[in-house]
Amino acid sequence: MGFEQIIFYLFATALIMSAVSVVTVRNPVLAALFLIAAFFSSSAIWIMLEAEFLGVVLVLVYVGAVMVLFLFVIMMLDINTDLLREGFMRYLPIGLLIAVVIAAEMILVMMSKVFDKPIPAPLPANHSNTEALGEVLYTQYVYPFEIAAVILLVAIVAAIVLAHRKRPINTKSQKPGEQVRVKSSDRLRIIKMDAEKRAGS
Amino acid sequence: MQRRGRVHKMVQLSDFLVVSALLFAISIAGIFLNRKNMIIILMSIELMLLAVNINFIAFSHFSGDMAGQVFVFFILTVAAAEAAIGLAILMVLFRNRGTINVQEIDEMKG
Repeated sequence: MGFEQIIFYLFATALIMSAVSVVTVRNPVLAALFLIAAFFSSSAIWIMLEAEFLGVVLVLVYVGAVMVLFLFVIMMLDINTDLLREGFMRYLPIGLLIAVVIAAEMILVMMSKVFDKPIPAPLPANHSNTEALGEVLYTQYVYPFEIAAVILLVAIVAAIVLAHRKRPINTKSQKPGEQVRVKSSDRLRIIKMDAEKRAGS
Repeated sequence: MQRRGRVHKMVQLSDFLVVSALLFAISIAGIFLNRKNMIIILMSIELMLLAVNINFIAFSHFSGDMAGQVFVFFILTVAAAEAAIGLAILMVLFRNRGTINVQEIDEMKG
């Protein structure tokens, strides 16, 4: 058993174990943390497959942004986990049956000779995966790349519009337009009057 | 690993594919088991997308074609957008109904 195989089986086992934990664990916070572990192990597998840039992006974007969002939402919602867990044992047999059937079918197909490809020679040490990906992305796939940017913009706007809560009317807030437009005469009135004598003198 | 009379010292393409198939099956089982908890269902969808991405990258590596990695890039983008909108919908749902139980969300009678 080669060194690469040991590393692969280590991370693959970690990936599968944490995926099983995500779907079976009782506490949703723990499920999110196990999902982070699954993302970490699969990013190691991607780096084994010489997709270094995507492996790093998976950790940065998923672990750093998406999973933090998940944890935020889980902690903001007041969820009764026991109520949501009921029916878990009832659906366990059928869920397991369907999962085993699907896994068996897919594995049977994937062990066939069609996928028996020769292992490619490792790329030279000075090969830059980021550069190779960027070259394709900004020439051949530049139009889909722009569409992806628009999709992200739409997602930002949609998420803000959905989650934004209307404030009550009597909330105090700044009105920058009026603040800029105000003149000194609106705030301060100078009047002329005679000096008043003090009562004692 | 002994297969078809040859001794493999390296990781084969089918090994990666089997891992991703197992991951996909686990996430399908997760949707079945946690059919009331919408957060776990969203997490299972993320796991499914991860399984698909592993397939894409494995094929990209063994075919020497960058297109697979570009596709994974776009899938990551769309999945991030999907997670953000899905969680926003979840928040609105919880604010209006006080529950995230999928079985109780039947106002539209779909």
